[in-house]
Amino acid sequence: MLRFIVRRLVQMVGVLVVLSLLLFLWLRSLPGGTVSAILGERATPQSRAAMEAQFGLDQPIWVQYGKFVGRVLQGDFGPSTSVLPGTDALTIFFQRLPATIELSFFAMLIAIALGIPLGYFAARRRASLLDNASVIFSLVGIAIPVFFLAFLLKYVFAIKLGWLPVSGRQSGDVDATRVTGFFVIDGLITREFDASWDALKHLVLPSIALASIPFAVIFRITRASVLDVLDEDYIRTAESKGLTNRVIRGRHILRNAMLPVTTTIGLQIGALLAGAVLTERVFSFGGLGEALALSFERRDYPVLQVLILAAAAIYVLVNLLVDIMYAVIDPRVRTR
Amino acid sequence: MSNATASSTTDPGTDTTNVADRDKARRWREGGSEPLLRVRDLRVTFQRQGAEPFEAVQGVSFDVHPGQTVGLVGESGCGKSVTSLAIMGLLPERGNKVSGTVDYEGTNLLELSDQQMRDKRGKDIAMVFQDPLSSLNPVIPIGLQVTEVLERHRGMSRKAATPVARELLDRVGIPDPDRRLRDYPHQLSGGMRQRALIAIALACQPRLLIADEPTTALDVTIQAQILALLKELVEETGTALVMITHDLGVVAGLCDEVNVLYGGRIVERGDRHDLFAQPRHPYTNGLLASIPRMDAPRGQRLVPIPGSVSDNLPWTSACAFAPRCSQPIEVCTQKMPELEEHHQRALRCFNPVEVSR
Repeated sequence: MLRFIVRRLVQMVGVLVVLSLLLFLWLRSLPGGTVSAILGERATPQSRAAMEAQFGLDQPIWVQYGKFVGRVLQGDFGPSTSVLPGTDALTIFFQRLPATIELSFFAMLIAIALGIPLGYFAARRRASLLDNASVIFSLVGIAIPVFFLAFLLKYVFAIKLGWLPVSGRQSGDVDATRVTGFFVIDGLITREFDASWDALKHLVLPSIALASIPFAVIFRITRASVLDVLDEDYIRTAESKGLTNRVIRGRHILRNAMLPVTTTIGLQIGALLAGAVLTERVFSFGGLGEALALSFERRDYPVLQVLILAAAAIYVLVNLLVDIMYAVIDPRVRTR
Repeated sequence: MSNATASSTTDPGTDTTNVADRDKARRWREGGSEPLLRVRDLRVTFQRQGAEPFEAVQGVSFDVHPGQTVGLVGESGCGKSVTSLAIMGLLPERGNKVSGTVDYEGTNLLELSDQQMRDKRGKDIAMVFQDPLSSLNPVIPIGLQVTEVLERHRGMSRKAATPVARELLDRVGIPDPDRRLRDYPHQLSGGMRQRALIAIALACQPRLLIADEPTTALDVTIQAQILALLKELVEETGTALVMITHDLGVVAGLCDEVNVLYGGRIVERGDRHDLFAQPRHPYTNGLLASIPRMDAPRGQRLVPIPGSVSDNLPWTSACAFAPRCSQPIEVCTQKMPELEEHHQRALRCFNPVEVSR
C-alpha cells in the first residue's frame, strides 16, 4: 500500500512538470497578454516595451520557462502582475484557499447527504413516485447551468425575499477575528458565534449552486449502483438468512454500492473548481474560483500558474485518496 | 469463554430438537409422521407489464417429513427454483402472484408478514444457493457472514458467535478455520466457498434446509465431496433437506423421495429406488436414459430428449410434454393428465412406460 502511494506521488510530480510546460506555453499563446490587459488598447509602443521588460516578457519563451522553473523550485511563483500587483502569487493562493475549501466542503456535504440516501431509496422503490420525481430533479440539477442557478438563487432568496445575504463571505457589520481563514471555524474558535452563523448564512446559496451538479451525478450513480447490487445473489443470500433490513441495507447493499459512488465523489471534488469559478463570481465569494476568473481576464500569468497547477495537484491527490478508499472498502483491490 | 458451551451449541448432533428430528426421521422411514413442510397447490405467476402473465409453478404439492430428503428434479425452466424461492418468501416483492399453501409445522408461510418470515428464515428454514462465489458478499469477511446469522437469531454478541462460527467452518471441513474467518470470499476455492455457504445455512440448526443446485457451479470431484458432506450433515442432525437439481445423479445418492417436475407441474413422484428401477413417466425415463452409464456397452449412444422446454403445450389443454414425448397417444394433446397416486407413487401420464425388467 505504501509503495502504491509513493508511486502515485511520484507520478503526480511528473504530471505537474508536464502540465507546467503546457500551461506556460498555452497561457502565452492566448490573444492579448498581460501588457494589453493592464495598459489597454491605446498604449504607446514605448510604454508596452517598458512593461514587457519589467515582467521579463521580452525574453525568448524557453528562457522565461527556465527562469520560471528555477524560481518555482524555490517556492517562488513570482508576484502578481495585474490582479493584486506586487503581491506574491502563492500568498494570494493561500489567502483565498480557505474560502474555496469551505464552499466546496459544504457543497459536497449537500451533494452527498442528499444524493446517496435519495439514490438508495429511489432504487429500492424503483418506478415509484419518489423514484421518478428524484430522477427528474437530478436531471434538472445537471442540465441547469451553474451560473444561471446561482443568479436565480441569488435573485429569489437574497434580493426578492431577503432571507439570505446577497454576496461575500461575511456581512460588513460583523467584526470577526481571523484565525484560520475558515470563517465558520474562526467564529467557533474565538467564540464569536454570531460571526460563524453569519458566515454560514453566506455559504447557503453558493453551496447549493455549487452542489447542483455533484448532487445530480452522485444521485444517479448511487441509484444505478444500488439497482445493480439488489440483483446480486449475495443480497438474496442475506435475505435468506433472515437478517434485518438495517443490516442488509448497510452491510450488504450500501457497502457494495459505494464502490462506484466513491470514484464519482472523487471526480466531482476534482471538478469542483470549475463550478467554483462560476459560483464564486456570482456571489463575489473571494475564493480561488473568483481569483481564477479575475486573473484570467487580466492575464495575470503568475497567479494563473499557481492556481491551475494547484488545481491539478488537488485533482491527483483526491484521486489517490479515492483509490485508497477503494482498497479500504473492497478487499479484492487490496490483495491484487 | 467456556469451551463446553461453544461446542454444545455448535455440535448439532447433541441438540435435543435434532435428536427428536432424527427419531422422527426414523419413524418417517418406518412410515407415519406429521410432515414438517406441506406444500399444497402452490402456484406462482409472473406478471409483467405488456406481457402475458406466465405461470411458472402450476399447482405443485408435496410433503417433506422431518429428517427426510426430498428431491425436486427437472430441467431449466421447470419451476423448481421458483418453488424453492416461494417457500422461502424470497421472490421479488412485485410482479408476481403466489397462491396455495406452504404449511411449515402448521403455519402457512405464505400468510406471514415480512417480519415474521424474517424471523423464520435462516433460523427454521435455511437455503444453500447455486453459485457460491456470487452468493457470498465479496466485501465482508467469511467470519462475519457466519456470525451475523447467529447474532440475528441466537441473540449472540459477535464475540460470542466467533468461536461458534469457527466450529461451524471446522465442521463443514474447511481447513484452518481461524484464518478463513478473516478471509474474504475471493480468497477461498470454489469448494470451500460452498462449504462456507453450507456452514452459514446450518449455523442456527434449521429443521429444513433447501439446497438449490448446490453443486452445479463446482468441479465434478468437488461436487461429490459437497454431496457427501450434505448427506452426512443432514443424517447427523436430522435436518430435512429439499434438494433442487437437474442432475439425477445427485438425486440417486441423496434423496429419499423424488419429485420430477415438468413445465411447472409434478409429473412423477416416488421413492428413489422405485423411481430409478421403474420410471413410469416418459420424461423421467428420458432423463434416466440420457445419463452416461459406466456399465453401458461400448459405443452405445446416449439418448437425448428431443426438443426443449419452449416446445411445451399449455397444461390446461394437453400434456405439456407431449411434443417431446417418445410415446404420445391421441389423448395427450387433447386434455391434461391428472396426477394420480397409488402405492406411494404418483404419476401424471396417459400412456406410461410399461413396467418391465
